[in-house]
Amino acid sequence: MTGTKAQCFERLLLGNPGNPESGSWLEAIRAAALDTAKALNFPSERHDDWRFTDLSPLFQHDFHPVDSYAGLARADIEAFLIPGSARLVFVDGCFAPELSDLSQAGQGVIVKSLAECLGDKRVEAHFAQHVSFEKDAFSALNTRFFEDGAFVHVSGEAAAPVHILHVATRRDTPSAIYPRSLVVMEANSRATVIEDYVGLGDGINLSNAVTEVVLKEYAQLQHVRVQREAKSAFHIGRCSVAAAQGSVYTSTSLAFGARVSRLALHVTQRGEGAEIHLNGLALIGGRQIADTHTRIDHAAPRGKSVQLHKCIADGAAHAVFSGKIIVHEGATGTDSAQSSRNLLLSGKAHIDTQPQLEIFNDDVSCKHGATVGQIDADALFFLKSRGLTGERARNLLTHAFAAEIIDRIPVPALVESLGRTMLDERMKVSA
Amino acid sequence: MISKNSKVLLEVRNLKAAVDGIEILKGVDLTVRAGEVHAIMGINGSGKSTFSKVLTGHPDYTVTGGTALFEGRDLFELEPEQRARAGLFLAFQYPVEIPGVSNSALLRLAYNTLQTERGLEELDPLEFDDLVQEKLKVVEMDPSFLGRSVNEGFSGGEKKRNEILQMAVLEPRLAILDETDSGLDIDALRIVANGVNSLLTPDNAVVMVTHYQRLLNYIVPDYVHVMDGGRIVRTGGKELALELEERGYDWLRVAA
Ligand SMILES: Nc1ncnc2c1ncn2[C@@H]1O[C@H](COP(=O)(O)OP(=O)(O)O)[C@@H](O)[C@H]1O
Ligand SMILES: [Mg+2]
Repeated sequence: MTGTKAQCFERLLLGNPGNPESGSWLEAIRAAALDTAKALNFPSERHDDWRFTDLSPLFQHDFHPVDSYAGLARADIEAFLIPGSARLVFVDGCFAPELSDLSQAGQGVIVKSLAECLGDKRVEAHFAQHVSFEKDAFSALNTRFFEDGAFVHVSGEAAAPVHILHVATRRDTPSAIYPRSLVVMEANSRATVIEDYVGLGDGINLSNAVTEVVLKEYAQLQHVRVQREAKSAFHIGRCSVAAAQGSVYTSTSLAFGARVSRLALHVTQRGEGAEIHLNGLALIGGRQIADTHTRIDHAAPRGKSVQLHKCIADGAAHAVFSGKIIVHEGATGTDSAQSSRNLLLSGKAHIDTQPQLEIFNDDVSCKHGATVGQIDADALFFLKSRGLTGERARNLLTHAFAAEIIDRIPVPALVESLGRTMLDERMKVSA
Repeated sequence: MISKNSKVLLEVRNLKAAVDGIEILKGVDLTVRAGEVHAIMGINGSGKSTFSKVLTGHPDYTVTGGTALFEGRDLFELEPEQRARAGLFLAFQYPVEIPGVSNSALLRLAYNTLQTERGLEELDPLEFDDLVQEKLKVVEMDPSFLGRSVNEGFSGGEKKRNEILQMAVLEPRLAILDETDSGLDIDALRIVANGVNSLLTPDNAVVMVTHYQRLLNYIVPDYVHVMDGGRIVRTGGKELALELEERGYDWLRVAA
C-alpha cells in the first residue's frame, strides 16, 4: 500500500495496455508524451510552481489504470444532473453513452466522445496544441493514457448548457483516470460549458484532467468547472485557453473535494480587446489541500482581465492560490484587476496566496490585492443574538462568503444544488 | 405601563463588567417588569452600549461581578443564542452588514429557530413570506428589502428600521433598543416609534437607550434612568428626560 514516489510514478507509466487505437496523428503525440513523462517524473517540491503543495499523500498509492467499465444506473448520478442541459457522462474516464443525453444540444453544437471524433480535422487541429506537456508530467501522462474525453464544438448560440460529467467510482484498487476535453468556440459563438468532476463513495482515484479551450473571434464562453470528488481522491487538473480578438472568456471554478487537488488554469489573450474573467473558489476542511494556479498572458493590445479568487480553509486544510498576470510588450491599454480574498475558519488551517504581476509595457492599468481574514466577530455575535447557534451562524457566514463566487455560475439549477449540497455537507460536518 | 403586580422580566443587581481588563460597568441595578417602557440616557461613553451587550452576551466583555436574572434564569449561564431564544433582543447601535445573506433568509432562519425552540412547526418560505409581509408594514418597509443582503448598502435609517423589523418578527419578551433613534430623520423616527409602540403588549417590555429626549416624545417611558461612569446615577419618571434636555447632564455627573 505505502509506496514511494518513484514506485508510484513507475506504476502510472505502465498505463493501460488496452489503450484504444487512436489514429496516426494521435499515436505520434502519444509516443512523444510518454517519452516526455518518463523524462520528467513527478514535480519536485523545490519546483517553483509546486513548492506550496505537498503531493506526498498521493505517492503513497499505487494507481491502476481502469480497464473495465463500471456500469452505473441513472439513479447513481441523479443528484448531479442539471435539468435542461446537454449531458456527456464519463465513468472512470470511459464514455457512458447510456447515461448521456444530448437531446438538448441544439443546432450548431457538437457534443461528442473524443474517441469518436479523432478523424475530425478540427480535433486534430487543436488537440494538444494548447496544453503543452513539455514541462508537465501530469499533462504528458494524460496525453499518453486518456481513454476518451469530450469534444465540444460550437458555432452560433448554444441553446442549452453543456454538462460534461466525470464520475469516479469507488474501486477495489486505487485508479488512475484521465479526463480530457477539447472545447472549440467558432467565431461569434456563445455557450456555457460545465466540467463537473464528482466522486461516488470514498474511492481513491487520481483524476488527472486536461482541458483545452479555443475561442475564435468574438466568441463568448462561460466555462464552469466544479471539482467535487471524494475527500479521499486526488485531482490534478490543467486547462489552457486561447482567446482570440474580441472574445470573452469567463471561468468559474470551484474546488470542494479531493484530499489533494490542483488546478492550473492558463489563459492567453491572443487577439485585441479580448476579455478574461476568472472566478475561483476553494472550500476545504479536514486535511484537504487545494491548490489553484492561474496565469493570464495579455499578449495583444487592449485586453481586459478581472479575477476574484476566494479560499476558505477549515480544520487543518491548506489552500494555495498563485495568480500570475503577465502583460507582454505590445499589449498596450491592458486593463487588469485581480483580487484574492481568503477566509480562515480554524487556527490550524492555512492559506498561501501569491499574486504576481509582470508588466512589460507602460500603458496599462493593473490593480491587485489580497486579504486573509476570519469570520467577522460582530457578524457572528449579531447572528447569535438572533438565536442562531454559533455553528449555524458560522456556516451561514461561510456560505455567504462562498456564494459571491457560486452565484456567478450562469446556470441557476446548478447554483441552487451546489448551495444546497454545500450547506448540507457543512451541517453534517458540524452536527 | 406600570403595574406593580406584573411579572419581573429582568433583574440586574450590582452588575460589573470589564473589557480588556478595564472595568466599564461599575455596579448597575435595574428591574424591568412586563408592560414597562424604560429609557436609559447618558452621555457618550457612559456605558450604555456596554450594558446592552453584556446583557446579550457579547464576547468582548467579561462580567466581573453582580447578577442578571431574565424571567428568573441566570443570564450569564446562557449563550447569546440561548438568551435570544429565551426572549431577549438587542437592536444594535451599529447594525452589521452581512453580504451574501439575504434579509428574508436571515429572518426565516431566526424565526424558525424560535419556532423549534417553542416546539412549533417551522414555516416554509411561502408561509413565512405571508408573515413577513405583515411585519414589513410595522416599519413601513418596502418588500424589496427582503431580497437584499442584510443591511448591505442600506442607509443609516434603513438599518435601524431593519433592526425593528427583526424585533417585529421575533416578538421578544424584552427588547433593548440601543440608540435606535440616532441618525433618523423625523419621518423615520415616527415610523420606528410607531412600529415599536405597536409591538408593546402587557407581557413584554422595552428598554430604550438614547441620549436625546426626542424619541421619548413618541415612545413614552415609564422610567428614565441616567447612566454615568458605568452606573445608573438617577432614576425618575418621564419628566426626568425633559429636565435633562433643559439642564444637560453635568448636574448629575459623579465627581471624578
Ligand atoms: N470593545 C471595547 N473595547 C474597548 N473599550 C470599550 C469597548 N466597548 C466599550 N468600551 C469603552 O467603554 C466605555 C463605554 O462605552 P459605551 O458602552 O459604548 O458607551 P455609550 O454607549 O454609553 O456611549 C467607553 O469608554 C468605551 O471606549
Ligand atoms: Mg452606545
